[in-house]
Amino acid sequence: MTRPNAVHALLYLVVTLLALAVSFFALGAAFAAVLLIMIYAGAIVVLFVFVVMTLPTAPEAMARERAALNRAWPLPAIMSVLVIAPFLFGLGEVAPGIAAPVSAQAVGRLLFGPWALAIELASLLLLAGLIGVRHIGRSDRVRGDRR
Amino acid sequence: MTSTALTGILIVAAGLFAIGLFGVLARRGILFQLVALEVALSGPALGFIAAGAYHADAQGQGMFILTLTLAAAEVAVGLALFLRIRRAAGSDDSDAISRLKG
Repeated sequence: MTRPNAVHALLYLVVTLLALAVSFFALGAAFAAVLLIMIYAGAIVVLFVFVVMTLPTAPEAMARERAALNRAWPLPAIMSVLVIAPFLFGLGEVAPGIAAPVSAQAVGRLLFGPWALAIELASLLLLAGLIGVRHIGRSDRVRGDRR
Repeated sequence: MTSTALTGILIVAAGLFAIGLFGVLARRGILFQLVALEVALSGPALGFIAAGAYHADAQGQGMFILTLTLAAAEVAVGLALFLRIRRAAGSDDSDAISRLKG
């Protein structure tokens, strides 16, 4: 989270996501790991790379970013520690579980059985995002022609 | 997996969320804040997967898929807003748009 160069930050993000996917595999959630690699490391990071490609890589922008980060890091650090401290202290004794891998079949049965409404809401969210991006990304020139 | 291992994984998840939150608060470039938001969202995802694996329940992975949908929609809208702000304000600094008035 401290790289001034956007491409370096994205590379670190990809490394984080791949490590996360391997830990999902180790936790027995192979389906989730494959989804993470395909959607996060595939689609989302590619979207970021497309946007970074349109950015001018000005050295002064990187210097400004680095200066801003050098000036203003203690308050955000204290705030994030304060946010997770209650969680860390609240981690008490966990009830015993039966650790076993969860198959993709079980996930699918859950999602399209009792959780069908949640899937509908998720698809509604994606549709709203699609329409919102279409509206936001429309260029001014096109809108001016229509008026 | 023992309950100690689950506690460790939950601590890692909380650390991921804290790193992402720090990035959102400390960075000024909107693109970096979006990347940090991705890291922050992956913390709860790890927590869901770990809890689902610990209890051998599919609901953990179900919640992970829902957070994945949320992250995809959020990134699409965030990047569109980023390009729009850069065109309107001529800057990718989130402080440059602190005087929005309706």
